[in-house]
Amino acid sequence: MDRFEKRAIALALSLLIMFFGLIVYAAKGLQTDLPTCLPNARLFDQGRIVQVGPNRYQVDVVAYMWGFNMGTINELRIPRGAVVDFYVTSRDVMHGYHIDKTVVNLMAVPGAVTYARYKFDRPGEYQIVCHEYCGLGHQNMAGKVIVE
Amino acid sequence: MQAQAIQVRGATRFIILSELIIPFILLILGVLLGLYQVLARAGILRTPDIFGINYYQGLTLHGTINAIVFTTFFAVAFGNAIMLHQLRRPLKEGVQWISWILMVGGTLMAAWAMLTGRATVLYTFYLPMVAHWTFYVGAALLLVGSLVPFFFDWLPNTVAWRRENPNAKLPLAVLGNLINFTLWFLIFLPLAATVVFQMIPMSLGLMKETNVLLSRTLFWFFGHALVYFWLLPSYIMLYVMLPKLVGGKLYSDTAARFAFLLFLLLSIPVGLHHQYTEGGLSSGWKLWQAFLTFMVALPSFITAFTVAASLEHGGRMNGGQGLFGWMAKLPYWNKEGDKWLVPYFVAGLILFLFGGITGIVNASYNLNLIVHNTAWIVGHFHTTVGGLVTLSFLGMTLYMLSKLRGVDIKAKSLAMAAPYLWMLGFVIFEIALSITGLQGAPRRSNLGISYLDPTNELLYRPDWLFWSHVGALGGSIAVLGFVAYMVSFFGTLFAKPVRQPELDFPIAEAIHEEPIPLVINLRPWVTATLLLIAISYTYPLYESVTRGSLANASGYQSIGNNLVPMQVPGQQTRLPE
Repeated sequence: MDRFEKRAIALALSLLIMFFGLIVYAAKGLQTDLPTCLPNARLFDQGRIVQVGPNRYQVDVVAYMWGFNMGTINELRIPRGAVVDFYVTSRDVMHGYHIDKTVVNLMAVPGAVTYARYKFDRPGEYQIVCHEYCGLGHQNMAGKVIVE
Repeated sequence: MQAQAIQVRGATRFIILSELIIPFILLILGVLLGLYQVLARAGILRTPDIFGINYYQGLTLHGTINAIVFTTFFAVAFGNAIMLHQLRRPLKEGVQWISWILMVGGTLMAAWAMLTGRATVLYTFYLPMVAHWTFYVGAALLLVGSLVPFFFDWLPNTVAWRRENPNAKLPLAVLGNLINFTLWFLIFLPLAATVVFQMIPMSLGLMKETNVLLSRTLFWFFGHALVYFWLLPSYIMLYVMLPKLVGGKLYSDTAARFAFLLFLLLSIPVGLHHQYTEGGLSSGWKLWQAFLTFMVALPSFITAFTVAASLEHGGRMNGGQGLFGWMAKLPYWNKEGDKWLVPYFVAGLILFLFGGITGIVNASYNLNLIVHNTAWIVGHFHTTVGGLVTLSFLGMTLYMLSKLRGVDIKAKSLAMAAPYLWMLGFVIFEIALSITGLQGAPRRSNLGISYLDPTNELLYRPDWLFWSHVGALGGSIAVLGFVAYMVSFFGTLFAKPVRQPELDFPIAEAIHEEPIPLVINLRPWVTATLLLIAISYTYPLYESVTRGSLANASGYQSIGNNLVPMQVPGQQTRLPE
């Protein structure tokens, strides 16, 4: 290999390693991590919202053809500044659970639980979009989070 | 390296030709359905179906035909041709017929299931959606058929060639092809595991419920390396043929071999990056596979350098001067000889720049939370598999068609305009879909009858409208390019032969060709590959069958495009704690 080739490879490698370093920093330093395997996961078949502390909520989401049960159907009302723990599963086929304008972007897997935590700082309406094909009504499967 | 033409007759010629023509006929349907989808997604067409084909049924056909059937058939036809041309050893007719019957038969079975609404499960067919058994068996036969020449023609021919040429280096194209099908065989195994032990028993009613997470992990064990199976034939063309076509030489034979071997090593243990957003799998292992995904970008960077250096060499041989002057001396539009093929690679490479950059974003662990399952992803893969891969496959299909029929390319100007139109269309499409994706528009959704329908007060998203229309414009331009290609294709298909049918490829010599033992001896690479796969997948698979999955799920069968519960819903049994 000639010196140009070696330089190109070294440059590409350093670029990739730098990117990866930033990702690790964002994940572990800034706490923007991915859903993981929960050690004490429990399965549920009813959606619900539970207040677990001052402005802290736990929301169990059951996705089904074609809606989201979060205690109420397709609607979640929380106060501004709430920290919400989402636990998402599916009652039938695969679904998606993407809260618009946030990093809550999860798959609802039947038989498994996907978890994410998010703090809603800005008031307003956030659309929840099902983004995995789940049958003929898929395009209408949506809900909203209302931050008051 | 062999560079002379070789005579091809009889069954071998028929088989290679039909392996190019059959998937192309299906591809026409796939592309037209793509046009319907891009118009429906922009709200220009607000219908749940077109000509009796439901949107999602059409999406299943679009994905399966374009990304599985067309690519697999081409990889086999191209592989057959490369092995024949480079090793100068005949292909066995019996082997080829068995492969052909399996592939064509399997495709027809799956096509029947899809066209009758019995397999409206998209081309990723995630459980617990259950298609008719003919869909799974058909897909399995296509894959098994595609492996038959590898085991019974190509490997034996390579061994025999090695015996006759003990000191020669394996031709680069042969190495690339063998690595590609080694990869294909390795990822066939996890896919076969979920298809044979989960999907087929579910679809026959032999099993009432199954582990969805396990099936997904096995599917993506296959699913990401699949994209390298599409890509490596294109890389073979970029390394072996493009330098010759532009009038130059391959910059470095060693770098090309090194890149192919790195693909073997790193293509497979990265599938978890498709499962970033699901629970049941530990984030530490997702991070590990994210790291490996970044490493598998390295051989693509090497390819980018080597191809650019080879193009520069070609441009300088044509009289280009200075730092950038060589760029002006490349045959972007030249009808002489086989140079009409160059536009397919130039357009493909430009699209691949977009594909590579968006791909690194997708791989970027937490950054993926912004784009996962949004229109962004659709933009990404229409510049990779829908860009470089499709363009180089279409170009090479036309090239092989003309050589194997002994005819000249008809409507050459249209054949040369086609890739540029395709490129223009998909650059527009990619930018538009990236933006709507960042705005939150989902992939795989008939937006025209939901989010982009102004009468739908609950869902209407006017902010997605403008860029969705731009996306429709891009998709339509690309289809125009395809129509231009079709004119040339059918002209060439039905033209009168003017010479003997033959098989011939432009084969470039290399500038740098030093024998580095690490790149010549394949055994340590295969061992390292298996080891890395074992390290990266043992724990995620273990989690998928233990604490990651808390219950099995019962199936939902695709009948008349609907998903019908195979059992009373909510009757899933829990696994013992």
